[in-house]
Amino acid sequence: MTVVDAAPEARPEIGRDRRRKEDQRLITGRTRWTDNITLPGMLHLAMVRSPYAHAKILSIDVEAADKSLNIYEVFTGKDLGDSQGVNANAWPITPEQITPNHLPMPTDRVVFAGEIVAVVAARTAAEARDAAELVDVEYEVLPAVLDLKEAAEDKVLAHPDLGTNKSAFWQLDSAGQGTGRAIDEVIDEARADGIVIEREYRQQRLIPAFMEPRSVVVDPTGEQITMWSATQIPHIIRFLLAATTGVPESKIRVIAPDVGGGFGGKLQTTPEEWITWTVARRIGKPCKYTETRSESLVSAHHGRDQWQKLTLAATKEGRVTGLKVDLLADLGAYVGVVGGGVPVLGAWMFNSIYKWDAYQFNCTTLLTNKTWVDAYRGAGRPEATYAIERMMDELAAELGQDPLEVRERNWIKHEEFPFTTVAGMTYDSGNYEAATAKAKEMFGYDALRAEQKERRDRGDRVQLGIGISTFTEMCGLAPSRVLGSLNYGAGGWEHATVRMLPTGKVEVITGTSAHGQGHETAFSQIVADRLGVPFEDVEILHGDTQVSHKGLDTYGSRSLVVGGEALVLAADKVIEKAKPLAAHLLEANVDDLEFSNGRYSVRGTDQGMLISEVALATFAAHNYPEGMEPGIDAESTYDPVNFSFPHGTHLCAAEIDTETGQVKLRKYTCVDDIGNIINPLIVAGQVHGGLVQGIAQALWEEAVYDDSGTLVSGSFVDYLLPTAADTINFDIGHTTSPSTTNTLGTKGVGEAGTIASTPAVVNAIVDAVRHLGINDIQMPCTPERVWKAIHTSSPKGDATEAAAMPHFDESEPGQSSTEGAGA
Amino acid sequence: MTKISMRVDQENVTDDVEPRMLLVQYLREKLGKTGTVIGCDTSNCGACTVHLNGRSVKSCNVLAVQADGATVDTIERLADDDGTLHPVQQAFRECHGLQCGFCTPGMIMQAVDLLNENPNPTEQEVRVGLEGNLCRCTGYHNIVKSVLYAAQLKQGVTTTEGANA
Repeated sequence: MTVVDAAPEARPEIGRDRRRKEDQRLITGRTRWTDNITLPGMLHLAMVRSPYAHAKILSIDVEAADKSLNIYEVFTGKDLGDSQGVNANAWPITPEQITPNHLPMPTDRVVFAGEIVAVVAARTAAEARDAAELVDVEYEVLPAVLDLKEAAEDKVLAHPDLGTNKSAFWQLDSAGQGTGRAIDEVIDEARADGIVIEREYRQQRLIPAFMEPRSVVVDPTGEQITMWSATQIPHIIRFLLAATTGVPESKIRVIAPDVGGGFGGKLQTTPEEWITWTVARRIGKPCKYTETRSESLVSAHHGRDQWQKLTLAATKEGRVTGLKVDLLADLGAYVGVVGGGVPVLGAWMFNSIYKWDAYQFNCTTLLTNKTWVDAYRGAGRPEATYAIERMMDELAAELGQDPLEVRERNWIKHEEFPFTTVAGMTYDSGNYEAATAKAKEMFGYDALRAEQKERRDRGDRVQLGIGISTFTEMCGLAPSRVLGSLNYGAGGWEHATVRMLPTGKVEVITGTSAHGQGHETAFSQIVADRLGVPFEDVEILHGDTQVSHKGLDTYGSRSLVVGGEALVLAADKVIEKAKPLAAHLLEANVDDLEFSNGRYSVRGTDQGMLISEVALATFAAHNYPEGMEPGIDAESTYDPVNFSFPHGTHLCAAEIDTETGQVKLRKYTCVDDIGNIINPLIVAGQVHGGLVQGIAQALWEEAVYDDSGTLVSGSFVDYLLPTAADTINFDIGHTTSPSTTNTLGTKGVGEAGTIASTPAVVNAIVDAVRHLGINDIQMPCTPERVWKAIHTSSPKGDATEAAAMPHFDESEPGQSSTEGAGA
Repeated sequence: MTKISMRVDQENVTDDVEPRMLLVQYLREKLGKTGTVIGCDTSNCGACTVHLNGRSVKSCNVLAVQADGATVDTIERLADDDGTLHPVQQAFRECHGLQCGFCTPGMIMQAVDLLNENPNPTEQEVRVGLEGNLCRCTGYHNIVKSVLYAAQLKQGVTTTEGANA
């Protein structure tokens, strides 16, 4: 036993802008992407994909492919049949939900262009692809349903055997659940003596477009079959492989090695993974499949794709009394792992930061013959935020008032937290006034408004618009009981283990699975502070089910607020567990020990020992209390009690060239309140990247299909990811209202930028040209669409008047507010 | 099959390759240089950027046989033998210029070439110079900052002020 001097008061790790532990490998090319993996005897797979959106498979001739050089086997859906398992939906949003059976490789019918019909296994990837070209498939083309609104009419069916395209209808009604008044009552009141604004907005189809194409390697040669996959969800894959392919879970190991981005796009169990699994087991040799970018864009799930009909009711004075939402959401050809749950996640967010009397959310999910749609950064919440933040600007225009004033009149005041909303969520903390005041000052709001007026008065060719988005979101998926009540197939807890190594190092295992977020750095900071050990001595292990046996992975801004809290609990258990050992070694009473900065000290004396010394003494196990086991490692499973609700005020200034329709971002300022910050450097990175993904929806990105169901934006030539030359620097700031739902006081940040920025940009564009009679431009706001809007609008402007009519009746004109704005 | 020889990351290598094999496939599949990655199939993303005779190229856009007799440098030998990072690598780490890191090898190799050509670029020159390299994580903000900071580092500025700006 040693008596040591107290460790010097260490600077807290939490809050430091630590450079990332992950970077050394990544900047020197020492990476472990799945596609880097090569195993002895490994075969390479290539997929044969349907060129048709909907067709019967009449025959598949694999003879020429099979006879090619160095080809092992060619399999069709019929060859593999039920042995493939299925790609399951984990969240049937209603008990009646219609969910097409999703065989990874169908046997008789394809339902989207890009669906796999055969797989070739060869000695090299090039030979596999050559042979795939030789597979001759005879199809009978069937009518395809491609348009979302047409799908709702059930005239052409995506899956004729199901009898309808409607997968489910889901409603949240404030009167029904007792959190507010009846929406129709409120709308009637507003029609009689108030303001009603009706709009229809399009959430175009997006593609997550993570930079690392998906790749999967399956090694069936061990006792445990190992799958490496470029995935966000190794634990969920393991569970679903066991559940759907009949292999015992204990015989399955799933590893997510270095994963190059996900953004929700790798939150899926994919046909490619399931097929590689099946083929490797069938052949008995390791198999690898790495998709091309074109395959990725056409077959990895897409995001968004909704029509939103919105009816907002307000008093004459501009107090919003209610909102009715009617959503059509495109699921694509199959219901993904979250599937219809994505638009449902938006249900609690249309009311955003505002106080209303009534609210109703109606969502119909529909099947079409297009690529499936599932989570993409924000998942449901960007769509909701876009809708309400656009509507608040429309209300301000109707009232002729500053849109920030209109928002402030309606938002929850900081002294009103915790606040239970009309949708039934209880917001933990926030201060919208503070974030807005700071953002206005950083942005130079008043000066920009003055410049806007000056340009408008002068009739300048370049008009300036100011866009606002005062958003909130719910993050930290999720309290398990809440998920259970929503019929979700799993919980929302997270798991962590802390291992105290005899040399004083600490291994921390998390059930979250990072793919670029910097968990190794941020989680090390949390554990270093908690245990009082050096940051450098903490190693974070993740993404391998053999090491991290329990977890629910990374999505929904959950890793820090749920996974981080599990770490704290596990570390606290270590401290408690080691305490009687330390007391024993110090020959002191347990009650006289206190722990701080990594050291147990005996109150009132200079006696003490470091927790790392307890770890070494436990390893030796020569001297420990009777009745105690010689071990101080601990694990914890944390189930959150509530979501956390970050918020922020985003302000965007955009210049519109009225002659060309070109939109130029002039300035973007955001002040986000994400509670306490663990690492400001990582937070800034998350905000920047999130902003650009949201801005890209506003300005550039759209998955476009032609009339026959071919994805024409199927490569990076046509799907417009922004480049460095398209984007600007951002001014970001923070206010801090610590979350009250976790001990670290943190809120999620991974999706915030994406959720907030899209409406800020479109509001800026519309604000720049509203005086020309324009009240909407459909996303993405390309120069063509902006130009068309300017050159087909009437400057006299009766747009808001017309909008007050109940024009959602089918007999009335103006069914789509974006008609004529270019498509 | 065609016999090719080249100097890759300061080693002489020789192989028989199919004429259609791309340089990036040669680097990854034959030489095991997996530090260089493939992000697309249309030469848009730049993730596979390496230096061919000292200038940046997208290695998916060069046939291995075209590099016969050439010198090829990849991310894997950019740092010194003793592990000292190249200023651009240092700057990416210091300025948080990467998240998932998949675009990073290409981004760094392109930035090195950009700074060789223009040691004192403006922000706009950096943005245009990186236009052929896509990143989905960072929103480019910190990548641009990294390159500007690397320009300072190369000129002997060692404070981290530039990185914290």
